[in-house]
Amino acid sequence: MRLRILSLACGTLLLLGAATLAAAADTVIKIGFPIPLTGEIPKVGESTKYAAEMLKEEINAKGGLDVGGDLYKLDFIYEDNESKPESAVNVTLKLIERDQVWALVGPQSSRQAVPAGATADENRTPMITPWSTNPEATKDRPWVFRAAFLDPFQAPVVADFATKTFKGTKAAVLFEISNDYSKGLADNFKDAWEKLHGPGSIVAFESHGPKDQDFSAQLTKIIAAKPDFLFLPENYSFVALIIPQARDLGFDKPFMGSDAWGSAELMSLCKDPCKGQYFSTHYAAAGATGATKAFIDKYKAKYGYVPDDVAALTWDAVNIVLWAIRTGDRIEPDVKKMRTLIRDRMASMQNFDGITGSMRFDAQGDPIKCAVVVKIADDGQFSFVESVCPDKK
Amino acid sequence: MEILLQHCVNALQWGSFYALIALGYTLVYGVLRLINFAHGDIFMVGAYIAFFISTTLLAKDGAFALSMDTTLALTIPLTVLLTSLVGVTLERIAYRPLRRKGAHRLYVVITALMCGLILENGNLALLGASRRTLPQLLEKHVYSLGGIAVTNLKIWVILAAFAVFVLLQLAVTRTRIGMAMRAVSYDRFALPLMGIPMDWVIVFTFMVGSGIAGLGGLLFAMSYPVLEPYMGVMTGWKAFIAAVVGGIGDIRGAFAGGFLLAFVEIMVAAFLPSTFRDLFAFSILLLILWKRPTGIFGTPLTTKI
Repeated sequence: MRLRILSLACGTLLLLGAATLAAAADTVIKIGFPIPLTGEIPKVGESTKYAAEMLKEEINAKGGLDVGGDLYKLDFIYEDNESKPESAVNVTLKLIERDQVWALVGPQSSRQAVPAGATADENRTPMITPWSTNPEATKDRPWVFRAAFLDPFQAPVVADFATKTFKGTKAAVLFEISNDYSKGLADNFKDAWEKLHGPGSIVAFESHGPKDQDFSAQLTKIIAAKPDFLFLPENYSFVALIIPQARDLGFDKPFMGSDAWGSAELMSLCKDPCKGQYFSTHYAAAGATGATKAFIDKYKAKYGYVPDDVAALTWDAVNIVLWAIRTGDRIEPDVKKMRTLIRDRMASMQNFDGITGSMRFDAQGDPIKCAVVVKIADDGQFSFVESVCPDKK
Repeated sequence: MEILLQHCVNALQWGSFYALIALGYTLVYGVLRLINFAHGDIFMVGAYIAFFISTTLLAKDGAFALSMDTTLALTIPLTVLLTSLVGVTLERIAYRPLRRKGAHRLYVVITALMCGLILENGNLALLGASRRTLPQLLEKHVYSLGGIAVTNLKIWVILAAFAVFVLLQLAVTRTRIGMAMRAVSYDRFALPLMGIPMDWVIVFTFMVGSGIAGLGGLLFAMSYPVLEPYMGVMTGWKAFIAAVVGGIGDIRGAFAGGFLLAFVEIMVAAFLPSTFRDLFAFSILLLILWKRPTGIFGTPLTTKI
């Protein structure tokens, strides 16, 4: 008797659970965003959220996303990963387990995307990181995709551009040792540069920790090695500290940066010392045309500033997920099956025309797309210098 | 040789910040035997106060619209004053009630840790996660002296640290209030019997310690102009370690410890791979403590039961 009651109770509970799940899945499309709203790179989180909200409002205003003839509203859930790897894993798990999201967009920085990618892959939930460029984030993880190009591609772009522009053969590198992105790109750059100019052409290869504010020791060493330029694969908050300090120590050579510079906050922190420097990135806002320009204008009208590359890549990443849901042409009541459906659609994507260029995924879930090099103009705008595509290389 | 001198100048500047913060730790510890773990965050609050004062005074369309020099001249005393008030407030609402109830020192230390977290996260909640940058308050000049690059700001920072140290040392050893401070540290129970207003002495200690942290915060924000709520945590911890290595409770110790730590950090980064900076720097400090557990200037203390 008691057993029967117990099993009855269990059964009811299960049914209830299944019912709520089915109801939730029926009504809204749930996408989770484990993003850095606080911590080292809060502007990145803000850009992500702003771009995603803009897209959500646009689609929900039309009644929702059209899947197989029915309209479904979007529900985006934002969780703060505090720019920390361990928090990124926690909130990713929370979104997968508690919120039962269909897919994940984010985290943004490789430092969080590499560990969070493992979590998403283990839990068989499709994840697309808009901004991470470290190969490890997607490597051997069939459930993880990205919208940005890779560091092994970005590094030769930087090396070629610097050779051409600065006409030098001696490079110095300063990077953050505990950041997968910074460390990975520094290593890739070293290989690419030495391939061009022979061993010993990297005259200084220095690193610093995640909380450092004073870089005078590293910079003094770098200046003493007399490089032709200094490559900084760093987050924008460090760039704003390193460049003025280098100038104070008498360094008069140019700096070259990577895509992590491209935040809207760089110029409000760095001002004059950053002007005239170059960095490689995903898109150039100044002089954009077509859909890219439409996106920039809309974003600027809504939030009051030019969207950075994070915002543009997030826009593309969310659109890729929505494309996968729409072309999947059916809604599975079971969230696990729905996740599988989304993943399969994303993996089979042939060509996607995004605002950061057209792309398709290779076997690792990495897009094949172009990079651009921009110069920080005197008015603080990031102006287009040149575009480098993978097939040219 | 030039490079070595350049490293020394760098270390002097970086050490000035450690020394300024370490002085606050050591003052409070010397008087109350309390490790004020919120001190690094008071330093952070000082930097933010400097930011708000200077942006208000400088704003072109604001009520003041002052010039750069006048702003700097006003920002320094105002920052020191307001930061010292923050320190005193902390003492009044967090430490004094516990002291009155005769709580064990451990609980006061934990309270200090919590106060630090409250300051950090309160700042985060109030002002958001966006970083701020201090407006330029000093026309920067880079001087090159025989291959060594120095800015006028660096010279001011180093001079300020030395001036604060000398003044503080004089105040503690030569004035009546300094004598009272030493008396509190010597015997807290006999003190009221001698007619010395103990609470006042403690408030004064917190004022001086926090005021110095405020000055440090202002100078720090001028030298490293990216402000964020957690900027005081790591610097605060390291300054605490510097104070301990120097011999906590001793003003000369805090000052020497701050510069020692900076020299070790910079020289390790300069002559060994920079990856191992903290590893080597703190191993060296551990060796020093191993040799002298009470720190360089510290004296063994006997506890009366």
